[in-house]
Amino acid sequence: MNSVIRQYRLWIVLLSSGFLVSCGNSNLQWYVVSPMTETGRTNLMFLAGGLKYTLLLSITAIVVSVVVGLLVALPGLSSNPLWRAFNRVYVEVVRAVPILVLILWVYYGLPIVMGIAVSVFWAGVIALALSDSAFEAEIFRAGIQSIDRGQLEASDSLGLGYIDRMRFVVLPQAIRRVLPPLGNQLVYMLKMSSLVSVIGMEELTRRANELVTSQYRPLEIYTVLVLEYLILILVVSAGVRWFERRLERKDLR
Amino acid sequence: MMNSEKVNNEDSQPIIELVGISRFFGKFQALHEVSLSVNAGQRMVICGPSGSGKSTLIRCVNQLEKHDAGKVIVNGIELGRNKKKLREVRADVGMVFQQFNLFPHLSVLDNLTLGPMRSRKLSKQTATDLAMRYLERVRIPEQADKYPSQLSGGQQQRVAIARSLCMEPKVMLFDEPTSALDPEMISEVLDVMVELASTGMTMMVVTHEMGFARKVADTMVFMDGGRIVETSPPEKFFTAPESERGRLFLQQILQH
Ligand SMILES: Nc1ncnc2c1ncn2[C@@H]1O[C@H](COP(=O)(O)OP(=O)(O)OP(=O)(O)O)[C@@H](O)[C@H]1O
Ligand SMILES: [Mg+2]
Repeated sequence: MNSVIRQYRLWIVLLSSGFLVSCGNSNLQWYVVSPMTETGRTNLMFLAGGLKYTLLLSITAIVVSVVVGLLVALPGLSSNPLWRAFNRVYVEVVRAVPILVLILWVYYGLPIVMGIAVSVFWAGVIALALSDSAFEAEIFRAGIQSIDRGQLEASDSLGLGYIDRMRFVVLPQAIRRVLPPLGNQLVYMLKMSSLVSVIGMEELTRRANELVTSQYRPLEIYTVLVLEYLILILVVSAGVRWFERRLERKDLR
Repeated sequence: MMNSEKVNNEDSQPIIELVGISRFFGKFQALHEVSLSVNAGQRMVICGPSGSGKSTLIRCVNQLEKHDAGKVIVNGIELGRNKKKLREVRADVGMVFQQFNLFPHLSVLDNLTLGPMRSRKLSKQTATDLAMRYLERVRIPEQADKYPSQLSGGQQQRVAIARSLCMEPKVMLFDEPTSALDPEMISEVLDVMVELASTGMTMMVVTHEMGFARKVADTMVFMDGGRIVETSPPEKFFTAPESERGRLFLQQILQH
């Protein structure tokens, strides 16, 4: 935690001074979100209550999208042109659809196609994961392609099959290399999860919207929302970096 | 010993048999209908100028390079499209690369046990025992828990040799195993290879180390322009090579 503070102290100083300056502005009514007042505390708790869903949604979606992304990346590396075509079409099509549109389509459209209702949470997960999987697929493809050909030849000469080669030789090395872009995608996912508020997911953004409707203090409440995302993402980035360093220590390349 | 081996091999089929293989890279033909065979216990050294197709040839044996025409027969199995057979054959053919190609994310021990555990389906314990035995053979048992990047080039190449040996192969292929090494590390790797030869291992070695070739080879193959120009016993090749090109090559390589 200390190192996090050190890393981001410039931001902390800037934001807190901005906060103090704006406190001096009499037009602002910070009491609605002030931890010093009863109402403020209740409102803050309400806002922060969305965190659980933002995290749950983003993390589930990133896990699904990493798996789907990998499954889409592998055919892209095949020597069979049909497999490669599948990869290209998937990536191009999915990447072309705006996330918000995908969310609406999955929530309102998919139940009609499939004949089953999709909960808000799973509609959000499916839409976010689907959209992100195209990017994950490209990241994995690049990561796997960056593995030296000698590694593949060594695996082949040991008689390893495709699955063993991927599992024990290629992917462990590729994942290390794609960790920075994967971390970026996680951050991106945390931000994009705010869009799921439009279908009624009670995450951070939705909570803020609801509070604004009842309290009429958009500036103060949305400022808190900005801070919520900022803190969340700074913590997650620090976590990703910590994880990267831990992996690096294992093979001192 | 030599005699009894010869007798044994007389009626048995060769371990490696290449029959008129060609290999094209686009329009460029890297191998021109090359044929050769390697019997059990034979130690063949292949030399020739850069670009003559030595790597391409040796890599065809375990199909890291596919041949475009001709036949590659290893252990009596003709290699073609059948992936399962190919894997079986590869498990019986060890290969040591110029660039070592160790797995950087695995410890030395894990580098050695991966093949035996996954291809040969040995238990972890058996594979570990095997690995330690071969690490001792290449004289670095104390490095078992290190990662490749923590070792010198010579040590890495010895680990790579041990990794191949852990598959208990019938034949070992070496493609310029000492070319990427600093001069002071070459001999430690060659020593291991000489010792391996003395155990009767069948070997096919691409190298420019003529001292090693003299000591170990029973057959010298000289390649040029994608063809085998000469196949001679070393005594003959080093004193009176049949081909003019072989003579020139030796002159150049032995100059320094
Ligand atoms: N993947 C490839 N694509 C195109 N040309 C290739 C490829 N691999 C080899 N060649 C060409 O085939 C010829 C033979 O190459 P090869 O690597 O077998 O030679 P070599 O005898 O091993 O040479 P060296 O001593 O430099 O290792 C060379 O002219 C080389 O340029
Ligand atoms: Mg070569």
